[in-house]
Amino acid sequence: MSLLLENIRKSYREPGGQELPILDIDYFNVKEAEQMILVGPSGSGKTTLLNVIAGITVPDSGRVLIDGVEVTSLSEAARDRFRAERLGFIFQMFNLLPAFSALENVLLGMSFSGEKADRDRAGQLLERVDLGHRLHHRPSQLSVGEQQRVAVARALAKRPSLLLADEPTANVDIANQKIILDLICETCSENQVALLLVTHTLEVAAQFDRVERLIDFNKPGGSA
Amino acid sequence: MSLLSIAYKSIRQRALASSLTALSVALGVALMVIVLVSYGIVDRMFSQRSIGYDLIVGPKGSELELVLNTVYRVRKASWKLPYQFYLDLRDDSRIAEAIPVALGDFTEEGGFPIVGTIPRYFVVEYAPGRKFQRKGKDLRRPFDAIIGSRVARQNQWEIGAKFTLVHGGAKSEHVHDEEFEVVGILKRTGTPNDRTVFVHLDGFFMIAGHEEDPEDIISRMIKFYPDPTDELRELMANIRREVEEESANQSKHEHDDHHHHCVPTWRKEVTAILLTVKGDMFGRVKRSIDLTRELKEGFQAQAVNPIVPMRDLMEIVVKNVSIVLGVMTIFIIIVAGVSIFVSIYNSMADRRKEIAIMRALGARRQTVFYIVLAESTLLCIGGGLVGVVLGHGLVFLAAPLVELQSGILINPFAFDIKELVLLPSLIVLASLVGFIPGLTAYWTDVAKTISD
Repeated sequence: MSLLLENIRKSYREPGGQELPILDIDYFNVKEAEQMILVGPSGSGKTTLLNVIAGITVPDSGRVLIDGVEVTSLSEAARDRFRAERLGFIFQMFNLLPAFSALENVLLGMSFSGEKADRDRAGQLLERVDLGHRLHHRPSQLSVGEQQRVAVARALAKRPSLLLADEPTANVDIANQKIILDLICETCSENQVALLLVTHTLEVAAQFDRVERLIDFNKPGGSA
Repeated sequence: MSLLSIAYKSIRQRALASSLTALSVALGVALMVIVLVSYGIVDRMFSQRSIGYDLIVGPKGSELELVLNTVYRVRKASWKLPYQFYLDLRDDSRIAEAIPVALGDFTEEGGFPIVGTIPRYFVVEYAPGRKFQRKGKDLRRPFDAIIGSRVARQNQWEIGAKFTLVHGGAKSEHVHDEEFEVVGILKRTGTPNDRTVFVHLDGFFMIAGHEEDPEDIISRMIKFYPDPTDELRELMANIRREVEEESANQSKHEHDDHHHHCVPTWRKEVTAILLTVKGDMFGRVKRSIDLTRELKEGFQAQAVNPIVPMRDLMEIVVKNVSIVLGVMTIFIIIVAGVSIFVSIYNSMADRRKEIAIMRALGARRQTVFYIVLAESTLLCIGGGLVGVVLGHGLVFLAAPLVELQSGILINPFAFDIKELVLLPSLIVLASLVGFIPGLTAYWTDVAKTISD
């Protein structure tokens, strides 16, 4: 799996009608099974970048290629399908669905890819993140750290080739930060999944193959 | 994980709001079921299908009252016909069966109406193609009685049970001394016969207090036959002679007031005569019309096709009531639909993030649209099924009470074929009310909603 971004531009229109450039990336790539951390301050366009890669946000111009597939040229339905089958997503706020148990949240991650949801695999993944005893607990019955571990299991459930993680440790305590990062890195290694993790702090960068600053790639409005 | 199970979990997450929403649908559907079932029952009850006679002959007056008295036994009979008139009709070559009935009293226990009649009553079909079935014997002796299934059940009367009558009405305090004995019990017919006690016509007239003043009888006969034949004049003269002889005898036996003796024919008066006419369907209709005209012109009597006044009643009252109830029910269903719409639409604000998460996980726009639609469908169908059970449950519970109060027999398990329309209607309703919330889900801005 490889990720390649070429000439990506994205700007938003402000309430006053002015254009606010967010992304201006000439070239960016992540190699197969590479674990990369991308560091940038708040408001630097980290989340927008992940959304563009995932096909959730359409860039104003440029190309996103994942495994040679030009995601930016796909229809919305095809992008949804591609995201469902090939990409895993871990959110900063975990974003588990409150109506579903831990197991069901993981199964939900598989449900939209068109394949049959595999309960055994979902159970194994939760075992892997040490939540085998919490399969049927709802998010409200889990600690913050446990919720993020469920989110990790959910992201890996559909065997993605690229895992996108948006500040996954921003809302957990220091003890849990290491546990969760170790877990993400280990499970990605075990499954040969490329990882692109964005964060605003370098404290967690030690265990990654590659550490980059977003500012080195992204020059919105020709800054930096 | 299927769309339905995702929708179900979303409903479960908002259990209270969802329950109240489904309850509003359930109440609307229950009301609709009650209206449909009730209308079906009344329609069957008061239509051709449930009456086996071509004509009911009674004294001139309200046609509807005559039918209500004779067939449904829901009102007290007032005027009477001479027994001779029954004999004349019985011998009419156009008539297949003529059954006299005399109404008036009630059982002391349970207040069931008493019908004095002849054994032939149980031979004639009570409804087209349906004959009485009974256990026990026929009416042979004057104080024999055959009871309907409902009477047997409620009063726990078996063959051999003895009972007395209350004069005139169940609330009357005058209890006749004569004791009747149950000799037969009819099987359930689903008609007013089930809650009726039939006694032998002779026994009915032998009850002390049922004899009329001979002069009244004669004056009624004169009134009834405005143009009496010589035979009738002779009959009336004989009656006067017989009365005089009787009063002379009575003065010799003054202490023998309650002696049961055979009632002379002229003393018998009946409330109505049930007629079936000879011939095929066309012939019967023609003869019925002829008889109706003849009786109306020649006597102080009327022949009524029991269907006509009941159909008029249905058209004027029952159908209009049913339409009003139907319109009310439709409004209730619309209100229930709006309630589902508001419930789901309001929940969309809370669920926008859930929708966005599902979209980020790969759910297509159509998928989240269908999840919302499935949710409204589950609420509608779930509420609808509860409503069907509730509606039939209420009918089941109300059946004996309605029967007690109005005399209308209700099958507690009655089902109306129109109920089959409910399910597809509910799916249409669900689609309508789920459409706009579904579109809200469809157009959710994933990136913005997640970052919010």
